[in-house]
Amino acid sequence: MAQQHEKYYVPASSPWPIVGAIGLGLIAFGAGHTVIDMKNEVTDGWGSNVLFGGIAVMIVMLFGWFRDQINESMSGLYSNQLGHSYRQGMSWFIFSEIMFFAAFFGALFYARVIAVEWLGGAGNNAMTNEVLWPAFEAHWPLTETPGGTKSGEMGWFGLPLYNTIILIVSSFTCHFAHVGLEKNNRKQLTLWLAITIILGCIFLYLQGAEYVHAYQELGLTLDSGVYGNTFYMLTGFHGLHVTLGTLMLFIMFLRVLKGHFTPDNHFAFQATSWYWHFVDVVWVCLFIFVYIL
Amino acid sequence: MSTVAGEMDHTDHHHHAPSGITRWLFTTNHKDIGSMYLWFSFIMFLVGGSMAMVIRAELFQPGLQLVDPHFFNQMTTVHGLIMVFGAVMPAFTGLANWMVPLMIGAPDMALPRMNNWSFWILPFAFAILLASLFMEGGGPAFGWTFYAPLSTTYSSDSTALFVFSVHIMGISSIMGAINVIVTIMNMRAPGMTYMKMPLFVWTWFITAFLLIAVMPVLAGAVTMVLTDKYFGTSFFDAAGGGDPVLFQHIFWFFGHPEVYIMILPSFGIISAIIPAFSRKRLFGYSSMVYATAAIAGLSFIVWAHHMFTTGMPVAAEIFFMYATMLISVPTGVKVFNWVATMWRGSITFETPMLFALAFVILFTIGGFSGLMLAITPVDFQYHDTYFVVAHFHYVLVSGAIFSIMAAAYYWLPKWTGHMYDETLAKWHFWCSLISVNLLFFPMHFAGLAGMPRRIPDYSLQFADINQIVSIGGFAFGLSQLIFLWVVIKCARGGEKAPAKPWEGAEGLEWTVPSPAPYHTFETPPEVK
Repeated sequence: MAQQHEKYYVPASSPWPIVGAIGLGLIAFGAGHTVIDMKNEVTDGWGSNVLFGGIAVMIVMLFGWFRDQINESMSGLYSNQLGHSYRQGMSWFIFSEIMFFAAFFGALFYARVIAVEWLGGAGNNAMTNEVLWPAFEAHWPLTETPGGTKSGEMGWFGLPLYNTIILIVSSFTCHFAHVGLEKNNRKQLTLWLAITIILGCIFLYLQGAEYVHAYQELGLTLDSGVYGNTFYMLTGFHGLHVTLGTLMLFIMFLRVLKGHFTPDNHFAFQATSWYWHFVDVVWVCLFIFVYIL
Repeated sequence: MSTVAGEMDHTDHHHHAPSGITRWLFTTNHKDIGSMYLWFSFIMFLVGGSMAMVIRAELFQPGLQLVDPHFFNQMTTVHGLIMVFGAVMPAFTGLANWMVPLMIGAPDMALPRMNNWSFWILPFAFAILLASLFMEGGGPAFGWTFYAPLSTTYSSDSTALFVFSVHIMGISSIMGAINVIVTIMNMRAPGMTYMKMPLFVWTWFITAFLLIAVMPVLAGAVTMVLTDKYFGTSFFDAAGGGDPVLFQHIFWFFGHPEVYIMILPSFGIISAIIPAFSRKRLFGYSSMVYATAAIAGLSFIVWAHHMFTTGMPVAAEIFFMYATMLISVPTGVKVFNWVATMWRGSITFETPMLFALAFVILFTIGGFSGLMLAITPVDFQYHDTYFVVAHFHYVLVSGAIFSIMAAAYYWLPKWTGHMYDETLAKWHFWCSLISVNLLFFPMHFAGLAGMPRRIPDYSLQFADINQIVSIGGFAFGLSQLIFLWVVIKCARGGEKAPAKPWEGAEGLEWTVPSPAPYHTFETPPEVK
């Protein structure tokens, strides 16, 4: 029965995809109605019940699906070729995430370089300014919108700088953990992975503190004009990704404690580490374009 | 295990498809998933088509006859959304699911479970979108392009449902595209180098890249619409420092690659069919590959040709005009190659070939009107008129959808194991061809004469043209029922199809029996 080629593992039928589709459907339907109810100040809350139901279904799906995959992987069903599929799939997923952030960075650059300048009369828009908001002068950060909403300005020194250092350091610690795994040094792996998770949590805590500071002391809110919009949407989606990344790292930590992963079979760990580095790079761009410049 | 036949015996026990509803719900089989995509797409094609019938019925005469303007707007909007995201894109994904593994000699898609997930998201997404039509205040009525502030300040409550349904459609498309791209990169049979891949595989490879690059941008756009409408942001509101035109930039940065997502796989299909029925090799294979890549590359730098009348600086208008016109070079290469393939071929005119020929001619007409629209100064006249409607229906209906029908006729024997009814199929073709031109050709004249798009009523001088167009529309809609009939008839029985029903066809898909067994190429074939 010696085969020339490695057999590509095609899984038998699985209930998880349809469960996942139901979960996503409920999330979409529930989230839609939650938002609509919020706007209409309806409080019977069935929209949010559907939303939470959907999230619960998704969690069950993720748990079941990953359990199946981990069991398959541990029982040696996977070939190198399948490993390549997973790795390439993850890389393309990260590319799609980059493009998602690109949309918001694009909005930031457009608002800053074009929209606000034109409202202030730049280019051949002198009359736009004169007719619409004659008193408006273009400036960035846009602490006073053409409509007159005022807000504070978020500096880069202090919390944001600490957070930058924390995330960059965490990228290194994550890498050290990966090196530990590849050298089969479990102690190094566990230790550095734990430190990475702690750094991720500290980052999230500080980010939360920064939001409180911005809302309560600076008066910089989600609805205070395009400066606040881009600030909160970019840092908010980034924070969501850090949360997800930290959760993934935590699951990797539990799996490491259970003795999973070998130096040459650790796709889940590698994917999580790629994701973490990606989140870091996004932050560095954020720090430069949202905070400093 | 020395022979392939021995391997087949050995694995015979799971060559039989599981039965019952769970087969379809839990499947990981690329052929099952491909079939579900194709049927879903066809159902959506009929749903979206019925909305077009409502539009054409209302426009049959000037004045408001059947529906109120708000409902009319919902029809144009949801017709567009369904045809783009529910009919054309899933049809191509279905074809990719069925054919890409067969064409590259892979046992299945690279990520079979995710494949099933991608499919099953779609029925939920479209159920949500369609359900929103029945909400108080109605469904989305801002056009499929959902320009701000129509979709923010002036939209109905149901907009949030539109946003989230687009989100999950996007998730589905991205996962589907990742699956295709990874399958092509990683699952090719030994010896199947990139430059030996069939062009359908090549064009889907590039399409998948476009999908992964731009669907997230659409997600960003709908997210900003959501926060502008419900959470007080002002991305698209000048009072807060934003700009409604920003919406159009983000949308069309997605939107232009999107229209190539809906045509590149067609190029692959046509590049398979024309050589098969001309009994000649495809002329200029490598130039076809490079042309496809060039079109995809250019699609990222032409988006603002949809926005010539928004008051962009002249330098930008000129840049986008020339960049857009540049696309006609690689597209011209393709059309030239198809014609050169037919040159001195021994051509027969079975239905797939008829649709492919109609594609080449009618898509070219749509391409030329696109070139006219690309010219900034004259676009000021054509913008938002029926000329634009005529243009994109020529490339999407007699382009993309004709190619999907060509593909269906071409591969139906492989899918079902039966030959389709050639007489009925020819009826379908000729009815479609005549009615599609009756439907869309006069729209050019209405547009040039100044009839704006997306209106339920119009000036009296457009009455005759609209009547002709509406008759063409009803005829085209009815013609598609013939197609449904042919497909069902073919699936249920008919003349037994050989492994290779088309004399001149080439490719690995014809080396497996018809119908293709439930599992194919578990041992990869050797490609020389």
